[in-house]
Amino acid sequence: MKTSFMEKTFISVIYLILTLLTLVTLYPVVYVLFASVSDSTLLLQNSGLLLRPLGFQFGAFNMVFKHPLILRSYGNTLFVVIVSLLINMLLTCLAAYVLSRKKFRYKAQFMVFIIFTMYFSGGLIPNYINIRSLGLLDSYWALILPTAINSFNLIILRNNFESLPDSLIEAAEIDGANDYHILFIIIIPLSKAVLAVITLYYMVGHWNSWFSAMIYIQDRAKFPLQLVLREILLIGDTSNVVTDIGDSSAARESVKYATIVIAIVPILCVYPFLQKYFAKGTLIGSVKG
Amino acid sequence: MKTSVEPTSNNTMKVSSNAFKTAMKDLSVNRNLYIMLFPVVLYYLLFCYKPMYGILMAFHDFKPSKGILGSDFVGIKHFINFFSSYNFTMVVRNTLLINFYDILFAFPAPIILALMLNEVQNARFKKICQTITYMPHFISLVVVCGIIKNLTESDGLINDIIVFMGGERTSLLLRAEYFRTIYISSGIWQHIGWGATIYLAALSGIDQELYEAAQIDGASRFKQIIFITIPSIMPVIFIMLILRVGSIMNVGFEKIILLYNPATYETADVISSFIYRKGLLEFNYSFSTAVGLFNSVINFILLLSTNHLSRKFNQMGLW
Repeated sequence: MKTSFMEKTFISVIYLILTLLTLVTLYPVVYVLFASVSDSTLLLQNSGLLLRPLGFQFGAFNMVFKHPLILRSYGNTLFVVIVSLLINMLLTCLAAYVLSRKKFRYKAQFMVFIIFTMYFSGGLIPNYINIRSLGLLDSYWALILPTAINSFNLIILRNNFESLPDSLIEAAEIDGANDYHILFIIIIPLSKAVLAVITLYYMVGHWNSWFSAMIYIQDRAKFPLQLVLREILLIGDTSNVVTDIGDSSAARESVKYATIVIAIVPILCVYPFLQKYFAKGTLIGSVKG
Repeated sequence: MKTSVEPTSNNTMKVSSNAFKTAMKDLSVNRNLYIMLFPVVLYYLLFCYKPMYGILMAFHDFKPSKGILGSDFVGIKHFINFFSSYNFTMVVRNTLLINFYDILFAFPAPIILALMLNEVQNARFKKICQTITYMPHFISLVVVCGIIKNLTESDGLINDIIVFMGGERTSLLLRAEYFRTIYISSGIWQHIGWGATIYLAALSGIDQELYEAAQIDGASRFKQIIFITIPSIMPVIFIMLILRVGSIMNVGFEKIILLYNPATYETADVISSFIYRKGLLEFNYSFSTAVGLFNSVINFILLLSTNHLSRKFNQMGLW
């Protein structure tokens, strides 16, 4: 009787902690969501928790969508993400395929060639000088090409390709399929789950990346969204993006929140659907048995 | 085939010509594979190996107009400057301390979350909890830092709470003594759910018969956690800890750059943020490259030794 009471308390405490944790994790995002549709003057006067929107308005979103730099940067980010993803997936699949084939004689050597770059890199300044000497400063390619392959994702994918049964590939080869057929018609359709995870990894990485844009891109017309967000959210009222937006500090406050909302919504809409693959992806990624 | 049979006076010539021939043979047999690999190799050469040549800058007084080898050679001057400066002790201390506290507080957090989620029987509650704790991982760093800034400002939510508890309003990000606390607690918020996935995967692999046997023996839930669950996921915890230690030199400096300011350099400035500031904001390319090389070499040694450790203890390395 006593142990069962103890067990019940134990479980209830766990439920309680988890509920609290979930609420605390969720709250900052909910706060931003509420604040973005709140009446800006009421918002400025408010102190403490925000449990529902104060008033209701979409004015801030209107202002954001009318602002030329924000809108342009949104487009820039979309462009960079889409082009990067195409290049990422193509190159990662090609590399993973070649390095997973037993008939490829220099597999081990090429693996060392790739893995070495995960242990040792030129570092920040040599990378910067390299991009500059390639003439890529102020170009979208400076954001796309240096991240064309992520060695970590490459290894996840290679391990996955290697785990497919050899007999499939042998059968295809007997039927006269060449390497392109084998990769694109047989292997890729069989690896949808891991490809989905890797696509998500790459996509989140590109969508959220800001540092390389900050060091490589000077031309404001080419700024990605994250860089504009940084000006609005972190540099604050001195930056001209913000002074452009509105005269009153109240309006600026709402616009800040509206910008956050449009920046996080696309990713937050995608990730729950890929959730079931996460555990698998992280497990293959972290340890190779 | 003919040349290999022909007698050659030089043995090494013969070996290398044989190696060359096998390579050429493989090239013709696996032509498609090499075509597929070509853009990949090009990428690695151009964006990973070519910058490594740029490391030579660390030993020169690099002037962009003169090129790397055209600039004056100065030996290890930049390294001596770095090691003898006040900044050296500061950035090394900060790098180590941020990592130490992060391993102390942020490393166990996902493990505890996974253990708690594992006790939850209600599948729906578990799923909601997981989905929501994952979420911050997908929010961009810039936005996370924007939210942190907003919450810690003197009229922000955290200050409202401090005042409610009888404290005084202060802009937390301007106070050096709070930087690590803010950095690490927001880091827990960002990564706890994501970090828990790997432990949950490990937990789902535990043999259920162990629990059944324990129940028959009358072990309570709590005792089952201590004696079955935790020992079962210990290897995974150990690997993750080793990996974490291996990445000490790569502390998330992007977040530091977004959050720090001259008032908090004292506790916030780490080696990598120092490299960024000296190199790209103050244009000391060579000095900064030297500091970067120091960082890379230590990082390289750390990664090699931690990978070696994990191979030794778990019979599996990273690769």
